[in-house]
Amino acid sequence: MNRLTLFIPLILCVALGSFLYSSLGKDPQELPSALIGEPFPAFSLPALSDPQRQVGTADFEGQVVLVNVWATWCFACRIEHVWLNDLAEKGVKIIGLNYKDDRDMALEWLKTRGNPYQFSIFDSRGSLGIDLGVYGAPETYLVDANGIIRHRRVGVVDDRVWNNEFRDLYQQLVGNDAP
Amino acid sequence: MHPESNRFNRALVLRSWLKKVTLLLLLSTPVMAVEDVVSFSDESLRPRYQQLLEELRCPKCQNQNLSDSNSPISDDLRREIHRLLEEGGSDHEIKEYLKSRYSEFILYRPEVNSATWFLWGAPVALLVLGLLILFYFSRRGRQRLEASPGVKAPNSAEQQRLAALLGNQSSTNENLGANSSDTINLESKETNQ
Repeated sequence: MNRLTLFIPLILCVALGSFLYSSLGKDPQELPSALIGEPFPAFSLPALSDPQRQVGTADFEGQVVLVNVWATWCFACRIEHVWLNDLAEKGVKIIGLNYKDDRDMALEWLKTRGNPYQFSIFDSRGSLGIDLGVYGAPETYLVDANGIIRHRRVGVVDDRVWNNEFRDLYQQLVGNDAP
Repeated sequence: MHPESNRFNRALVLRSWLKKVTLLLLLSTPVMAVEDVVSFSDESLRPRYQQLLEELRCPKCQNQNLSDSNSPISDDLRREIHRLLEEGGSDHEIKEYLKSRYSEFILYRPEVNSATWFLWGAPVALLVLGLLILFYFSRRGRQRLEASPGVKAPNSAEQQRLAALLGNQSSTNENLGANSSDTINLESKETNQ
């Protein structure tokens, strides 16, 4: 018994070591999302392209869509935008959420870089952003046909992230004809 | 007193004061806090507002609370809290409101649940464990002290022998073998007593 107690420090050390090692790959900036499995928050905001037109969840009801938070001030969005153009060409429906941005600059951005979005929501004050728990751009949400948020990615979505996190879930939601 | 020396004294005093003030300024660290000028319809809301900003965490900068952080998202959340306070929301409602959007992460004082029980319980558990260990060892120590007949101080013959042994050890290395056997003898003698 006494001899066994000598191993306690070793056991503690191994336990602590493996706990710390398992945490190494985690991104401390990434917050757990409170909205997975919750309905996309209701909103009524002007469309980016037309200040007179109000858009809301009804505009993508019954469809599986990606909602992508973007802004012209967001540097990483530039990199992501090229990839989103490709994804849209493959038939994935993407809704833009233009977050705390300038309307003219945002429209100019879409003109020069291409527009992967079905439409963009113009959230100049970030009110929908707060309802979604957005804390930076870019962010991407996968919303199913029932309007439930199924997945959220904070940061750039690229091939690797799409294949790892989105593709299987997306295919499952829309059927098998997915990229 | 001579007027000249009086003036000299005054200059000295002034100089020492200046030194003190400079030192104080050098030692003091600036307090970093971002606080907007906010106005409330009812001043009693202000302390609650301050309290909430202290207890809620900036989702973007992680190690700052909302009152420290000057990131745009903290700005928005401060405005949101202000709005909710003005609308008559309770502290609990406001925290729930933010928790449902930004997850429990935003609370600097998380509630006790399945994910946080360890966080809350660990300090208490460690304290109890420490007290138990302390109690165990102090009791064992006392028992041992009571059980043993008491350690006797070496008598003069023993002391002489010890001094001789230590002297031999430091002077030469050749006698090491003999020394160590002597030491063993001494030890066995002590245990016999």
